[in-house]
Amino acid sequence: MTVYILQRTLQSFVVLFVMSLIVFCGVNLIGDPIYMMISPESEPAEIERVIKEFGFDRPVLEQYWFFLKNVASGDFGRSFVQGIPALPLILERFPATIELAVFSLFISLVIALPLGVYAGLYPERKSSKIIMSGSILGFSMPTFWVGIMLIMLFAVKLDWLPSTGRGELGTFLGIESSLFTLNGLSHIFLPALNLALFKLSSVLRLTRAGTREVILQDYIKFARAKGLSHSRVINVHLLKNILIPVVTVIGLEFGSLVAFSTVTETVFAWPGAGKLIIDSVYNLDRPVIVAYLIIIVAFFVFLNLIVDILYSFLDPRVRIKGSSE
Amino acid sequence: MNIFKKIVALLVICIVPSIAHSKTLKIGVAGEPSSIDPHYHNVGPNNMFSTNIFSMLVGQDENQQTIPDLATSWKPINDTTWEFKLRNDVKWHDGSKFTADDVIFTATRAPNVPKSPASFGIYLKGKTFVKIDDYTVHVKTEKPYPLMANDLSVVKIISKKHGENATTEDYNSGKAAIGTGPYKFKQYVKGDKIVLEKNSDYFGKKPEYDTVEIKPIKSGPARVAALLSGDVDLIDGVPPVDVKKLKKNKKVQLSSGPSNRVIYLHIDQFREKSPHVRAIGGGDIKNPLMDVRVRKAISLAINRDAMVAKVMEGLAIPAGQLLPKGFHGVSENMKPDPYDIKTAKQLMKEAGYGKGFELTIHGPNDRYINDAKIAEALGQMLSKIGIKCKIETMPKAVYFKRASAGGPDKTPEFSMMVLGWGAGSGEASSPLKSLLATHNKEKGMGGANRGRHSDPKVDALIDKALATVDSPARGKILAEATELAVGKNYGIIPIHYQVNTWGAKAGYSYLPRTDEYTVVAGFQKK
Repeated sequence: MTVYILQRTLQSFVVLFVMSLIVFCGVNLIGDPIYMMISPESEPAEIERVIKEFGFDRPVLEQYWFFLKNVASGDFGRSFVQGIPALPLILERFPATIELAVFSLFISLVIALPLGVYAGLYPERKSSKIIMSGSILGFSMPTFWVGIMLIMLFAVKLDWLPSTGRGELGTFLGIESSLFTLNGLSHIFLPALNLALFKLSSVLRLTRAGTREVILQDYIKFARAKGLSHSRVINVHLLKNILIPVVTVIGLEFGSLVAFSTVTETVFAWPGAGKLIIDSVYNLDRPVIVAYLIIIVAFFVFLNLIVDILYSFLDPRVRIKGSSE
Repeated sequence: MNIFKKIVALLVICIVPSIAHSKTLKIGVAGEPSSIDPHYHNVGPNNMFSTNIFSMLVGQDENQQTIPDLATSWKPINDTTWEFKLRNDVKWHDGSKFTADDVIFTATRAPNVPKSPASFGIYLKGKTFVKIDDYTVHVKTEKPYPLMANDLSVVKIISKKHGENATTEDYNSGKAAIGTGPYKFKQYVKGDKIVLEKNSDYFGKKPEYDTVEIKPIKSGPARVAALLSGDVDLIDGVPPVDVKKLKKNKKVQLSSGPSNRVIYLHIDQFREKSPHVRAIGGGDIKNPLMDVRVRKAISLAINRDAMVAKVMEGLAIPAGQLLPKGFHGVSENMKPDPYDIKTAKQLMKEAGYGKGFELTIHGPNDRYINDAKIAEALGQMLSKIGIKCKIETMPKAVYFKRASAGGPDKTPEFSMMVLGWGAGSGEASSPLKSLLATHNKEKGMGGANRGRHSDPKVDALIDKALATVDSPARGKILAEATELAVGKNYGIIPIHYQVNTWGAKAGYSYLPRTDEYTVVAGFQKK
């Protein structure tokens, strides 16, 4: 086991290294942000000063070597645009993104699980068919458009919820989050719903498929034959078994919720890491882009590792290669 | 019961502040400043935001005319010295007194902020600040320098006491963000909001709001929605497509005004072989754009009225020179070129291009209002005089680098490109110096001259204007230079002046500014 974890960690470092090299050179290929950042009235000498100060006059590989040396001492470089270290800049934005991801995951589970079980139990009913075709919409409608529509409906027409920004922060158990105040919850609801829509559809379909499969299993029939109540069969025997694939998918997709909330964050002006990364891409702010991607890749690698390890504990049929032989 | 009590307590907390009549103004802006440090980054959103907290020696009114701010008066006392008299009743946000020492200190810090991506050095270069007494400062230059007040209207004055050894981070955290402006720094949450507090000791018109919240909302539709839902009271950059509908909406009041930004074409006129010009059919060809007749034909083939009406939805003004009327150095004689296909075709024939040629027009697609659509419309218009156009638009992140230095030896890469220029100093010398003067690194001229227009007569006029302290006389020379460089040489081809639109909640309006800034004082009761 220890060998396996060590192996995986080593592999992760190789992945991180290759990724940082590709991103570093890729961003450089697009160009440098000098002519965009600089005041257009600048004289040629001033432009040259900035090029020198940011090191753009050096070859890319030399810049990359310099970057690696700094990373080794924990310095990911300074944002070109904001002039402050990139790592804290990103980390201070993560709580907002994670809280959005958690809440949207919550919304998608609360809505998708019951609907999915229902549609799986009664596949022939009209309401089930409506639910299933509705879930296609969740898949296919562009997040940006849905976000604007949600704002138009709930903020402009009905005036129930605020349209933009993050609400007041509250502190609970030492964690600061906008989930702990009413004002904060009212602000997070629309962006979380917007973000949840896509996940909601996939969880719904997964649940329905699982239900249809499990309901035909012998142990369900046996439970029924034993005379257990309908609700007990559904809530205990069925739900427990369909949850395994759902939980796996959610665990992995949580990473993508955190990493790709950019569109939702832009529409709702949510001050998370997604908005930061999209702004940085537009500005070719290389240190922030590279640092962000390194964090995200590390996050994914870590999530995958955890899932793999948990699997080997949960399901004895799954064996980790290299540990048992 | 306990829960009920808690709910009541919560309601009381929510309601009490509104009973206390605390006046809050919330503004949704398209651009977020990259720092609170007023000297870190010389760029629109930063300069606009810092006017809330800091003051300048010289201010700019909504038409960018210079007005007194921290200095009550200024005048040249000899050819190379300007005298600034300072107010003696100004206090910093911490209560300490403002004196000439702060001005001297500002002049040393502003050009030297480490890692600044665009420094204020360009406004302070070659100027020596001397303290005469606590409320008098002399600024000396080597040669006569007329644009002193314009230059200093861009530089925010900071406190010596708090600014010494302060880093950009110290300003972002608020520790050093001590100014003399109408509002005090309270809180800065990157990407979310900047909160300001009333400065009751402000020396100018008393600030009206107890709290001002500035929220960056980048997406246009989201900004409009925030205004419609009442989450913000004022927004800038109303998207042109929404203007027609919002005009009918009783919940909002739109205010539009021309900006100092001209949208124009830069044209390659320095290469015998231009990289994106081809003969019909794709063969090599001598660069036809070097011929002034071809450039004039292009200008005549542009239907500016149609461009304004169709592409810009009426939110632009046809342009015939570098700045709209009302600015210093604008020529009275120049009008936008008429739409005249016949003469244009005639000119093309005379120049020997009666059959036309192939050309790629390059433009950004996320920088100016409807920029990609402008490029497409231009392509259609030029096809009428036989110029077969291909249009290529790209994000500004890629575009500006290639447009400025994408070619061999860091020359501009494109043959014809759509660009915009906003005259920060509010004078025609700004575009003349940067866009039309001969590109010359040593002289510091033609920094953004991407077509490399070069005419010794124009250069001489610009030099003369930049050494003429007498304002009306300088205006005349600048107008003359414009008539020559744009009207006769077609060094650039102006298309239109951008019109900016703000949206305010019902009952209020915004006083439009030519520099496109959104400032608290411009938000007024109707």
